[in-house]
Amino acid sequence: MLRDITIGQYYPADSVIHRLDPRVKLFATLIYVISLFCAKGVFGFGISVLFLAVVIRLSKVPFKFMVKGLKAIMILMIITAAFNVFLTPGEVLVSFWIFKITKEGLKNAVMMTARLIFLILGTSIMTLTTTPNQLTDGLEKALRPLNKIKIPVHAIAMMMSIALRFIPILVEETDKIMKAQMARGADFESGNLLKRVKNMIPLLVPLFVSAFRRADDLAMAMEARCYHGGEGRTKMKPLTYARRDYIAYTVIVTFLAVTLLLRWI
Amino acid sequence: MSIIVDKVNYVYSEGTAYEIKALSDINLKIEDGEFIGIIGHTGSGKSTLIQHLNGLIKATSGTIYFHGQDIYDKDFDLRELRNRVGLVFQYPEHQLFETTIFDDVCFGPMNQGLTKEEAGLRAFEALKSVGIPEELYYQSPFDLSGGQKRRVAIAGVLAMKPEVLILDEPTAGLDPGGRDEILDLITRMHRERGMTVILVSHSMEDVAKYVKRIIVMNQGSVMFDDVPKEVFKHYKELETIGLAAPQVTYLMHELREKGLPVSTDVTTVAEARAELLRVLLGERR
Repeated sequence: MLRDITIGQYYPADSVIHRLDPRVKLFATLIYVISLFCAKGVFGFGISVLFLAVVIRLSKVPFKFMVKGLKAIMILMIITAAFNVFLTPGEVLVSFWIFKITKEGLKNAVMMTARLIFLILGTSIMTLTTTPNQLTDGLEKALRPLNKIKIPVHAIAMMMSIALRFIPILVEETDKIMKAQMARGADFESGNLLKRVKNMIPLLVPLFVSAFRRADDLAMAMEARCYHGGEGRTKMKPLTYARRDYIAYTVIVTFLAVTLLLRWI
Repeated sequence: MSIIVDKVNYVYSEGTAYEIKALSDINLKIEDGEFIGIIGHTGSGKSTLIQHLNGLIKATSGTIYFHGQDIYDKDFDLRELRNRVGLVFQYPEHQLFETTIFDDVCFGPMNQGLTKEEAGLRAFEALKSVGIPEELYYQSPFDLSGGQKRRVAIAGVLAMKPEVLILDEPTAGLDPGGRDEILDLITRMHRERGMTVILVSHSMEDVAKYVKRIIVMNQGSVMFDDVPKEVFKHYKELETIGLAAPQVTYLMHELREKGLPVSTDVTTVAEARAELLRVLLGERR
C-alpha cells in the first residue's frame, strides 16, 4: 500500500535525460522554475509547454507515471485556484452573496494552476530521471565553492544521501509494523482524530526505535570502514561533463533567453 | 473446516516500472490441526503468501476461503479473520511498543474487545506458556534479551487465542538454544491446543524435525507439497533452487554409496540413528 508513492521517485530507463550530468539537470530545473514565473502571454507559456513536452518525450518516462505525482498536490491546486477566483479585485463577472468572480480572478486562477502543474511536472522530471545518489553527488560538486566560507558541503551532502536512502527502508518498515499490529487487531482507519492519533502509538514507537537502531548500526559500520568526513575523500566515479552536457546547457540558456525576450516584446 | 487458497495471484506495484510478480496460481488446502512447513529461497513468495492467509494483502486475482467463506466478500469481517488466524512476523520483537511486557501482550486481546481483566488473564497465560519468568512482567520489553523479546512478541499473538498460528522465520537470528526453545514451544502449542501451525523457514533441519507436511515455494509458485520424506527425495532439485535436504539425508546417501544398505528417506537425526542401528545390528546378526 505504501509502495505506491511516486513523488520524488526514480524511474529507471535509458534515455538522454537519464544520462545527463546531475549538475546540468539541477541547473536546468532551477532555470525552468525561474522561466515559469517570468513567462508572460500565450507565447511565453507556449514555449514552456513545448520545452517540457520535448523533455518528457526524451526522458522515456511514461506520462501516466508523471501525472500520478500531480494527484498529491490536487488539493493545493484547488485551494490556490479558489483563492484567485474569489479574491482578485477587478471587473466583476458574476456575484452572489459575498462572493464575486472577476475576469482578472479567472485569468489568475488559470495561470496559477497551469504554473503549478508545470512546476511539479518540471521538477519531477529531474527526480524521475536522476537517482538520489547522483543528485547529491551533483549538489556536492556544484556547491563545493561554499566550502571556502566554512559551509560543510560534504557533510550536508552525505546527510542528504543517507536520508534519501533511508526513505524506502523506513517506508517498508512502516508497512511491516503496520501489518504486524493489524495482525494483532490494531485499527488505523476508523475513529475520530484523537482516537486515530492514539492508535498511531503502536506504529510510531517501534518505528522510532528501529530508526535509531538503524542509525546507530550505520554509524558503526561507517566508522568500522574508516569514514572520517570529506577531507581527502575521492570518488570512484567522479562527475565529468560530456558533450551532451554542454549542449544541454546551451539549450536551457537559450530557452531562458527566449522566455525573457518574449516578456519584453 | 479449513483454509482453501484458490488460484491466487499477486503482483506488487502493478502497472509501474517496479512491477514484480510475487505469486502465480497458488492452490492450497490447509486442514484443521495440520503442522505445515513452508520453505523457499529469499524472494520465493513465502512471506507474501502467508500475509494473504489473514487478509493483510488482497490477492490480485483468485480467492481464499476460510471455513468455506470467501474472505474477499464485502460483508466478511477481516478483523474477525485476523483474530482467528494469528500471524507472527519475521523479527516480531521489532513491533513491541508498550511500557511493560504485560501491557504489550494485552494489546491483542484488548483489540479483540475483551475487558481488562480477561485480557490480563490471557496475557498471563500466554506469557507463562512461552516461559517468561513472572518477575519480568512489569519491566520494559526493551530491556530483555533478543530471545526473550521474541518470546514476548509471540505471546502477544498467542494471547489472542488464534485457531491458526502462522510464524514467519521465528528462529531467524537466534542462537541454537533460543531456536530450540521457540520450536519446542510451537510444537507444544500444536500438540496441546490442537492449533493449526504454519511455519515459514529456510532451515531444513527445523522443518524436517517438526512439521508433517512441507510446501516448497519457488519463484512465486508451489514446487512440492508433500510429507517431508517425499519432498526430501527431490534433494537434487531442491539444490537447484538454492535449498537443500537435511544434513542427515546427505549422510545416508553417502553411506549407501559406500555400500551400507541403509534407507535414504531419513530426515531427522533420531530416524538416522534408528536406521543405522537396524542395519548395523542386523548385519552383525
